[in-house]
Amino acid sequence: MYFHQYKVLSLLCKDTTMNCIIIDDEGMARAIIAQMAGAEENLNVTEEFSNAIDAIKYLNQNGEGVDLIFLDIHMPGFTGFDFIQTIKNPPAVILVTSDKNFAIEAFEYDCIVDYLVKPITEERFKKAVSKARNKKVVPVPQSTTDTKEQHVDTPTEFYVNIDRRLIKIDIPTVNLIEAKGDYILIKTENKNYTVHSTLKKIEEKLPDSLFLKVHRTYIINLKKIIDIEDNSVLIGKDVIPVSRANRPELMKRLNTL
Amino acid sequence: MEQPNTNYIDELAGDDTIFRNKLINTIKDELPQEINIYKTNITSGNYNATADNVHKLKHKISVLGMEKSYYLAEKFEKNLKDNSTELQKEFEDVLSSIQGFVAAL
Repeated sequence: MYFHQYKVLSLLCKDTTMNCIIIDDEGMARAIIAQMAGAEENLNVTEEFSNAIDAIKYLNQNGEGVDLIFLDIHMPGFTGFDFIQTIKNPPAVILVTSDKNFAIEAFEYDCIVDYLVKPITEERFKKAVSKARNKKVVPVPQSTTDTKEQHVDTPTEFYVNIDRRLIKIDIPTVNLIEAKGDYILIKTENKNYTVHSTLKKIEEKLPDSLFLKVHRTYIINLKKIIDIEDNSVLIGKDVIPVSRANRPELMKRLNTL
Repeated sequence: MEQPNTNYIDELAGDDTIFRNKLINTIKDELPQEINIYKTNITSGNYNATADNVHKLKHKISVLGMEKSYYLAEKFEKNLKDNSTELQKEFEDVLSSIQGFVAAL
């Protein structure tokens, strides 16, 4: 029998204040995050920690009051992933790191809502916070001591409306999405779908750890890249243009030698 | 050689001089300590620990607007994890550059 410890209150919680903590061993990083958080409406930084151990002690006493954690992965002794595995009921977590190579591992944790690569831009920060707001989780009174079933809505699929039918698309199977006027073309491993929507809308449904907008009209799945030339990437049989502005972010996100 | 700048800091701070000063003072405080730890570790041949130090220094390099140097640091970090000190001199030139720049802020 399953008991859900968490309940997602996406719409109801949109206008409420989120309390967050920052865990990063680097003071400069904490200062930057706190500044960006301060510029956000209804986002309150309650504490900052230079190490995960102190944060765990704090959460043991104040955990219910924390809605969001900005968490550095690469900390001496006790990493961000160690931290997530240690705390019992993790709230929403936004990873903040100089490592682009942990994206796939991050995708395995339900509580992780986004992944920010340092140096953080204000635009990406806002987007990450917006995702956290939409996925805000609150603990529901427990009727069991079973902690294994924790349900947070990290998406693994989304639905598209085609000819009045809602069709499920598994996110990992998506190769790329192309904007075509008022429509988008979603290319998956097996099938293509033309949907009345915009790139901006679908971008919000996709995990940043896996997808990147590389051009005004293209979003690609980073795991599907076969090769990269100067201004293009090959995905399946499609050669996708990469705009000059988006190329640095693409290169940053790839695990290159 | 690429030169450090405060463009990112200025953009982030906007008119908030208190925050700008706080951030610069934090960098002034942390950078020498991080460089000292780096030097201790690389001198003693502790390359894994040195890679961690380079990892942390990378963020300061990027915040100071040195994009090419950031990628150099990234490669050097990887070299250290592979027990190689290739790019050490180039990386330390970057450190000297940002150290001088930060001290003058």
